[in-house]
Amino acid sequence: MDFTRLFEPQTMVVIGLSLHNERHPGNVIFNKNFFRYPVKTYGVNPKGKAYHSERIFSRISDIPEQIDLAVIAVRAEYVPGVVEECVEAGVGGVAVIAGGFSETGRTDLQERLVEIARRADLPLIGPNCLGIYASGMVDTFFPPTERMVLPNPGKVAIVSQSGGVLVDQMVKFSQQGIGLSKAVSIGNKAIVRELDLLEFLARDEKTGVIAFYLEGFAKNEGREFVLAASRCPKPVIVMKAGKSPGGGRAVSSHTASIAGDYAVFSSVMRQYGIVEARDEYQMVSFCESLSHYPKTVQGNVCIISGSGGHGAVAIDTCSESKLNVPPIPEDIQQGLRDKLSNSIQRIASLGNPIDLTGSATDDDFVTAATELSKIPEIDCLIVLLLPYLPEVTSDVGARLSQVHRVYQKPLVAYVPHVEKYRMIIEGFELNNIPVSHSIEGAVLMVEAMRRYRPC
Amino acid sequence: MLTDEMRAIIDASRERGWVLEPDAKRLLSMAGLDVPRFKWAKSSKEAVTAASEIGYPVVAKIISPNVLHKSDAGGVEVGITDEKRLTEVFKRFKKMEGFEGILIEEILTGTELIIGSKVDEQFGPVILLGIGGIAVEVYMDTAIRMAPLSKADVPSMVSSLEAHSLIEGFRGSKAVNMELLTSTTMKFSELVMDLGEDVTSIDLNPVMCTSRRCTVVDARIIL
Repeated sequence: MDFTRLFEPQTMVVIGLSLHNERHPGNVIFNKNFFRYPVKTYGVNPKGKAYHSERIFSRISDIPEQIDLAVIAVRAEYVPGVVEECVEAGVGGVAVIAGGFSETGRTDLQERLVEIARRADLPLIGPNCLGIYASGMVDTFFPPTERMVLPNPGKVAIVSQSGGVLVDQMVKFSQQGIGLSKAVSIGNKAIVRELDLLEFLARDEKTGVIAFYLEGFAKNEGREFVLAASRCPKPVIVMKAGKSPGGGRAVSSHTASIAGDYAVFSSVMRQYGIVEARDEYQMVSFCESLSHYPKTVQGNVCIISGSGGHGAVAIDTCSESKLNVPPIPEDIQQGLRDKLSNSIQRIASLGNPIDLTGSATDDDFVTAATELSKIPEIDCLIVLLLPYLPEVTSDVGARLSQVHRVYQKPLVAYVPHVEKYRMIIEGFELNNIPVSHSIEGAVLMVEAMRRYRPC
Repeated sequence: MLTDEMRAIIDASRERGWVLEPDAKRLLSMAGLDVPRFKWAKSSKEAVTAASEIGYPVVAKIISPNVLHKSDAGGVEVGITDEKRLTEVFKRFKKMEGFEGILIEEILTGTELIIGSKVDEQFGPVILLGIGGIAVEVYMDTAIRMAPLSKADVPSMVSSLEAHSLIEGFRGSKAVNMELLTSTTMKFSELVMDLGEDVTSIDLNPVMCTSRRCTVVDARIIL
């Protein structure tokens, strides 16, 4: 299956837009693409005529141009016929938004779709889905644009069986400053499934990290998925719904009883270096971290802070995540101490966590990050930055980012996310350094790298 | 590869849904796993002869198609030191439902591990390795990997256990022979792949491990 025309369409058609109901999903999809995206957008309604000033075609074959993407928003029973027309018209891909298939017991209708699409080797997304969102290219999601929160274009692609979870993740990506390349809602996944998209996104130049919200695999499909993910040159992150055991199933062996569906899922993901997020917060932190640093670390962390309390909390959180916070060698400590500003030279603690105290300046943070980036005992830095310290300025984010550019040692920052600290946060983020709004989130970012195993 | 004899054991057990312990041990032994010296005795006299060949003390276990969980049913007697006790145990087991004989076995000690497998719906055959014994589901200290295993998987499974020091040796106790544990688990993984979907799940529990041996003391193969 070739997904190029599906995800990067020059032309698209919305089949089933209403001539009078502006809030019909077909109309919303038509309008947002017509007004906001470079894709040339057509509409189809059997009655033909016009929608506002746009000509509406009675059927896809009347459109005088080759169509790359067809979005189908007609009632389920008409969908197979419409897909056949799309195949005849030579479309490059189809997103079936309509529901009313296997999820409501109409497996017969879904089987007809599968048969038509298989025969034509047609990439068909859905049915019963939102379809695809490709930053700056196309958006087949039926929520109106003004209701959605769109992340900036970026490197993370996310695939979800649930459309609702997907739209919600986009809100969280946006809040956390994570860039999105593509979002795909696969619904009933009659033809295009997780594995197909994993293989496509592994080759997609705009995507650097691939995230999945999974509900379940078909028989042996999980095996194929992990084998493909282990060959994928990009980090793969998964979050699974349905973790609780089914219950009531009698099992006659200890192994079958201990190795329930979720226990197996979680273990196998870890075995193949796929990073499993337990919840949405982990998902967001892992996506952010691995989109900046698609690499693995041992997890030997140095914590740099201007507050002893923050350092202590970070130590506890690291220890719960089984990350090491090794002591800093005496000679390194002495070398660093000599370079710190006079006011803190005697009072800073340099053991690890590094506490530069409330009198620390931007220079002190940069010096500490620089010296600790040089030593092999440490493979990752967490900087807990408190913008309310009097000597810290709004330049500190951008300046610390330069340390990473020189030494290439992953650095993650914690900065409280409130509007007045925005310049510090952007100083990091615009220079490609991930920032969390909690200490726990910063530690999760390191954990993501520790769990990821490149192929 | 499964031999005809191994295949025959599975085929003969299909109707029952699981493999009787002596047959399971024969199968495992043919796959290259270490099992204790054992005899299947159908009469009291055979039991006495078997025990003296193996050497006291011995273990006696019920063999019955009706008893899948032998210890739960009171069908295991450990530490039988003489003929008199053995004869008594034989009499008691004989009254149990579906009695087809008793299994007489040498007694082994060591660290009790579980090595198991199941065919998972989404991922196919998986292997479990962990702290075994009768309290296996109390401790729940196990590692799971998709089969077939690679050699590096076994040490990584062991080190991921909470109680890994029980295996690696602590406070002067001798460590389990990691090379033997690795080869035992690898041979098991191969067997599981060969059996494929013919088998639903397997418990080798306990596998008694010392610095010199890794021996499958009990085996349950569910078809």
